[in-house]
Amino acid sequence: MLSAEKYISGCSLVALDASVSLGDLSGASSLGGRLEELRGRSVLVATRDQLTAALALIELDGIARRLVLCPCDVSRERLPLLAAIAGVDAVVSDETGAAADAGIPGIRSFVTCTPTLVRNDSDRGESHLTEWILLTSGTTGAPKMVLHTLSSLTGAIKGDRKLEHSVVWSTFYDIRRYGGLQIFLRALLGGASLVLSSADESTGDFLTRAAAHGVTHISGTPSHWRRALMSPSAHKIAPRYVRLSGEIADQVILDRLRACYQDAAVAHAFASTEAGVAFDVRDGLAGFPASIIGQNGVDVEMKVEDGSLRIRSSRTAAGYIGSLGENLAGADGFIDTGDTVELRGDRYYFAGRRDGVINVGGLKVHPEEVEAVINRHPNVQMSLVTGRKNPITGALVIADVVVRSDSQPDAADAGIQRLKRDILDTCRRALAPYKVPTLLRLVRSLEVAPSGKLARL
Amino acid sequence: MRSEIISQFQTVAKEQNQKLPQLSDDLVLLDSGLDSLCFAIIVARLEDELGLDPFTASEDLEFPITFGDFIKIYENRAE
Repeated sequence: MLSAEKYISGCSLVALDASVSLGDLSGASSLGGRLEELRGRSVLVATRDQLTAALALIELDGIARRLVLCPCDVSRERLPLLAAIAGVDAVVSDETGAAADAGIPGIRSFVTCTPTLVRNDSDRGESHLTEWILLTSGTTGAPKMVLHTLSSLTGAIKGDRKLEHSVVWSTFYDIRRYGGLQIFLRALLGGASLVLSSADESTGDFLTRAAAHGVTHISGTPSHWRRALMSPSAHKIAPRYVRLSGEIADQVILDRLRACYQDAAVAHAFASTEAGVAFDVRDGLAGFPASIIGQNGVDVEMKVEDGSLRIRSSRTAAGYIGSLGENLAGADGFIDTGDTVELRGDRYYFAGRRDGVINVGGLKVHPEEVEAVINRHPNVQMSLVTGRKNPITGALVIADVVVRSDSQPDAADAGIQRLKRDILDTCRRALAPYKVPTLLRLVRSLEVAPSGKLARL
Repeated sequence: MRSEIISQFQTVAKEQNQKLPQLSDDLVLLDSGLDSLCFAIIVARLEDELGLDPFTASEDLEFPITFGDFIKIYENRAE
């Protein structure tokens, strides 16, 4: 269980306005002495703050029957449905009074969690193999609830406390999402400290705070990183390890990170809430070596079928809860990630999500492929490609583009038109005509969803 | 209207590297060298410029055969 001495000693969790030395949790509690009341219960952890959520998760692992991790961006209206699906009978919140009442029926215990620990002498004996329920971070549709255990969640982590005691982790992710939870568990199992992000803080302020705490290892999505590199504070941190996950890492973002953080190893990982962590790539190149597909006798077995990556391992989730009749894995135990890949030479490259395809007169366009080409233009910071309805071809490809802050075109119309033409020429050279955006708009910013992924409508 | 449509045909043909014949009213669209992607783009651009898309707005619209038909569809819709 996570509250075991071997995990919590020596670790600190640092939030925006509070921090906790986890060693203090032995003999004390963040749950106001009501830990025992939650034994065997299905607990919705719905705190605003990540620090209180982290403390509750540490204390309740091995005690609660089920933990439902709820990121703070999930709307309150959705909570009763999620709670009903997961059979929730207790709620942990860091709000009090009316604000804390989420209007969920059937709740027998409502426990407040605070970063101020109180003395707790109750027995911490492990009584349950706690189920961890995570929400998917898909960019479209309602989130699904996915069932993990601590062992499936930590399958990719080789915690070595001796090696990692000088490590300070941080992540742009919310730790209640799969990508962030990995970093939280990595810090705990490795005995490292962790600087938590906050929804109340700008990217620049977060980087400044992470720098002040001497962050050495930091993770986020490519969208997180593109936004971070737009901040003048990007140069304040000096990490030894930079990790990307959650979206396709194209060569441009890998190169820019390496140029910005010359002393850091830059790695990109493939993981999903359902399929778990599959692999990470450390050679600085986009895509991954084809040789890792089809290996036998390895922790994570992978194959490519119908163009998409399939994964079978002990790190995958056990299943969905509440999605009637929907199986996570196929009959052979492999999970279809829905991420399509293309083989070029001896390397596979991610082409995009199967469910995000734009259909132009029967021809398929992956928005991610077009974005990768646009992002190669030296003046482009990031881009979003979407489909626009069309009576002739069903849809057409259009693009919204954010220009790098250090290369804004002249305010004059001519400069803007020239830049647009230049970007489109780049596309025409690299892409089939039906993939080239038929409309290109320069925008000031693009929305990044709370999951850290580019918001796709 | 007519000049806007002609201008979009020429712009899109140039972008797609298509050589456009003289745009006379009896030009058969299928002989214009433009493919359906080009027509899709022209219709989308005209919607942005003129604020109307007759192909989506009307369900029982016959597809134009000639360039003249094409212009007529827009002129009728604009009335």
